Amino acid sequence: MTIKFTEEHEWLRVEGDLVVVGITEHASEQLGDVVFVELPEPETKVAKGDEICVIESVKAASDILAPVDGEIVAVNEALSDNPALVNEDPLGAWFFKMKVEDMEQLDAFMSEEDYKDFIG
Amino acid sequence: MASETGLKRTPLFDLHLELGAKMVPFAGWEMPVQYPMGVLKEHLHTRAAAGLFDVSHMGQVIVPAGAVAALEALVPVDVAGLGLNRQRYAMFTDAAGGILDDLMVANRGDHLFLVVNAACADADIAHLRAHVPGVEVIADRALLALQGPAAETALAQLVPGVAAMRFMEVATLAWEGAELWISRSGYTGEDGFEISLPEGRAADFARALLAMVEVAPIGLGARDSLRLEAGLCLYGHDIDTTTSPVEAGLAWAIQKARRVGGARAGGFPGADRILAELAQGTSRRRVGLRPEGRAPMREGTEIFAAESGGEVLGRVTSGGFGPSINAPMAMAYLPATLTDGTLVYGEVRGKRHPARIAPMPFHPHSYKR
Repeated sequence: MTIKFTEEHEWLRVEGDLVVVGITEHASEQLGDVVFVELPEPETKVAKGDEICVIESVKAASDILAPVDGEIVAVNEALSDNPALVNEDPLGAWFFKMKVEDMEQLDAFMSEEDYKDFIG
Repeated sequence: MASETGLKRTPLFDLHLELGAKMVPFAGWEMPVQYPMGVLKEHLHTRAAAGLFDVSHMGQVIVPAGAVAALEALVPVDVAGLGLNRQRYAMFTDAAGGILDDLMVANRGDHLFLVVNAACADADIAHLRAHVPGVEVIADRALLALQGPAAETALAQLVPGVAAMRFMEVATLAWEGAELWISRSGYTGEDGFEISLPEGRAADFARALLAMVEVAPIGLGARDSLRLEAGLCLYGHDIDTTTSPVEAGLAWAIQKARRVGGARAGGFPGADRILAELAQGTSRRRVGLRPEGRAPMREGTEIFAAESGGEVLGRVTSGGFGPSINAPMAMAYLPATLTDGTLVYGEVRGKRHPARIAPMPFHPHSYKR
């Protein structure tokens, strides 16, 4: 299973022709307790860099950007009901799954080791 | 004490680091915003047991009893009528009737003890020195707050005398030879105490409290969500020089003696406006807002009458998520014609979301009166 990391502190896990997206443990610690998550609509086409999710913590609001071009095919409704999952299990708390035609887009992102160096 | 960053440090700085606090700059001080427990749990712990806050960044000032009249000339508050060992909420007003800062004033017999906001402390002290004789700034005492339903029993283990105090009472009590200036008050809506003590004893005193299972250290993050749930104003956000005490819903802090027909009516900066507003009302007022969804409406959120179109009615001055009410909450200035229960819309990320004007506090106070 391939897992990649972005400079925006998202993790990307490849499942067949889908990319599953969440935020890293480092990001969830920086955000603090998450109290609200706004998810995108499924079946939405998105371009890399689009703001597609909002995460509100007790401190502030932040966005999740689309890491690559693709189509949202599923969202994790469990996060709407229980936003605290993002803090409890950041690697398990996926936000959305994207159908990505060009998986080579993922090559540019960091490996787990590189990401660890990146956050120092 | 100052660090190489130029930020001031409180006598509890090392203790905060030891407790794993995340330190942030705040009003020129390096302060704990949260501990490993996190803002949400710190908030809930304070409401369920007791939270210990370092508020040593706040300004502590002594004014001689003989200067009461001079102090009354700066605030629309009855200071002369304040009973012995009683404390009262006050605000410094400016000539236009705006608020320069809010503060606490306690009558400690031969002197008045004032606690002012950290961000305004320098300006307040200059203002006091320009108008009030004998002002003494206390720079060698820490200030702690212990808040929550278990605060009384926890503090009484160290200082038995506190159990007999009631809300807004002050007392001088001793702990292992240290002189404590204690008030039964706080900024969370909970029962609790604020304790001024010699800086050299502050860490030991804090450690003695933290050794009790019911007491946890609480950072500025939870301090903010606690005070917002309690409907209490934060200076620089909910009140400032552009808001009058009456618009801010603080008319209760202006006693009869300073109102028209009172023994010492007027005679404070901005009295013309403030007394007129007390008689005639204001065109806008500070209100509570309860967003109907889960999305918080943060400071600056524009409020509208309808889901689309129309003018901005007002703006959110403080907003966030209330852990105890498990819902978002906000304060805003809106036209006074809009009554509690009115549906309005807050624009968050380009989309208008419904919110209802709601009475405050959002979470009931539990003061020991």
